[in-house]
Amino acid sequence: MSEMVTEKDVKYIAKLSKLSFGDDEISRFADELSNILKYIDKLNELDTSDVAPTSHVLDICNVTREDIPERKISREDALKNAPEEGYNHFKVPRIIE
Amino acid sequence: MNFESVIGLEVHVQLNTNTKIFCSCSTNFGDEPNTNVCPVCLGMPGVLPVLNKKVVEYTIKAGLALNCNIQEKSVFARKNYFYPDLPKNYQVSQFELPICFGGYVDIEVDGNKKRIGITRIHMEEDAGKLIHGENLGSPNSSYVDYNRTGTPLIEIVSEPDMRSSEEAKRYLENLKLIIEYTGISDCSMEKGSLRCDANISVRPMGQKEFGTKVEVKNMNSFKNVQKAIDYEIKRQISEIESGNLIIQETRLWDPEKGVTIAMRSKEESHDYRYFPDPDLVPVIISLRDIENIKLTMPDMPDVVRDKLSNVYNLPEYDVEVLSSSKPIYDFFEATATLCNNTKAISNWIQTEILRVMNEKGVGIMDVGITPSQLAELIQLIDSSVISVKIAKDVFDDVIISGKSPKQIVDEKGLTQIADLSLLEAVVKKVIENSPKEVERYKAGETKLIGFFVGQIMKETKGKANPKLVNEILGKLLN
Repeated sequence: MSEMVTEKDVKYIAKLSKLSFGDDEISRFADELSNILKYIDKLNELDTSDVAPTSHVLDICNVTREDIPERKISREDALKNAPEEGYNHFKVPRIIE
Repeated sequence: MNFESVIGLEVHVQLNTNTKIFCSCSTNFGDEPNTNVCPVCLGMPGVLPVLNKKVVEYTIKAGLALNCNIQEKSVFARKNYFYPDLPKNYQVSQFELPICFGGYVDIEVDGNKKRIGITRIHMEEDAGKLIHGENLGSPNSSYVDYNRTGTPLIEIVSEPDMRSSEEAKRYLENLKLIIEYTGISDCSMEKGSLRCDANISVRPMGQKEFGTKVEVKNMNSFKNVQKAIDYEIKRQISEIESGNLIIQETRLWDPEKGVTIAMRSKEESHDYRYFPDPDLVPVIISLRDIENIKLTMPDMPDVVRDKLSNVYNLPEYDVEVLSSSKPIYDFFEATATLCNNTKAISNWIQTEILRVMNEKGVGIMDVGITPSQLAELIQLIDSSVISVKIAKDVFDDVIISGKSPKQIVDEKGLTQIADLSLLEAVVKKVIENSPKEVERYKAGETKLIGFFVGQIMKETKGKANPKLVNEILGKLLN
């Protein structure tokens, strides 16, 4: 049986995801996320003790490329997607460390 | 109470591939900002990363050089955190299934040999470069250059096996030398292609359990690694002695002030929520792949030391100097294939070449003399065409003009005078011009022989064959 998702959990996940919600949303998400976990919990009915964890569902491996440089886009194009730009850089709110 | 310190190191090594780990952007250092970027490394939606083959090969090389087990299957994982130098908001790294486990590096401190364990090596991508506002434009902003984003790194995690800053420094030096020998990175702490973080804790002597560990970052030289560790050990001991608890945290080394400072942010950032990256398929390495890479492995430092002393017959001191850097050894070896006088090669490297490297602040390949030019210069001495003294001038000339030693000797007429009658005439002249000295010499002041040799060299502009001069002088004075 999986644990319930509490309002505290929702607030924590929201903070990690840089999202903010109202109180009513937080209690609703706690319920909804708990229900989703309960539903997924059905899988625990199967005995998987002999099965290695699945990292990928497709049966392919070793997709690689050669180490040859190629220029795909210009700086101008790259900076087009910047929220703000300055001095040929992506400009962001000041980072304090 | 006596305390024991426990230290483990996490070392990041930038691989010197031509392109990034998951896209074809160039990794060239120092290019104009944001010119080596593409939708993949900028984290645009819908793009697919594709692994650079060379990164796997290089990491296997590092693993073999550090005595690791190369894993048959390894998987990339996303390490999630928000920071502007990370455009995807996750770093592609490896978590549960890294490419290498369980290696070691041997060190020696004060004559005691010790084996430092390596827990794991994994592949990951580097982040971008952040410039604080006042250094570029508005002080209220930061500026990001994503050229470095996606540059391949390997992270080498040691076991907490070190017990002093000296051991940590020695481990790092040996690790750097081994990686440098594999040729997968230039391993420059100054340029940031080798970075080191330390996990440090202290415990009362005899206690089995580890104390609470603190991670120290931002140590950008070997000296700073040692200083930072020493400082942090002292700080933790004094905290405990004052009855305080050590908090598990990340601290930054401040090289100016010589202290470590707690980082302010990131309380929650350690919840990285790793999960397998669905865009990157598993890496499967066969025994045959490993065997093929083994064939391309250059000699490691211990093999090189053995070769220098047993094949090239060099004394211990020469062995240490020549093996201390891969480029220096390569230069020596290239010269030794053209010239049998290995002791002379070693001497020239240790004196003139190292002098120029220090003066110009360059590596051996940029000194201005090639292995074939050095071999030629040594042959000119060994075949008595020029003296060692003249050879030093020719050496400087090679570096300035880039001409070959032979050409310089020919053009400047520096060939030694080995003509017996010609030299005899010069010696006679010197003797005739110095009757007083001859008298004193004959009265037993034999050290005056140096004076005569000096005069003869002056007359011949240093070109007289010293061996012949001594013979003639001996004959005419006695």
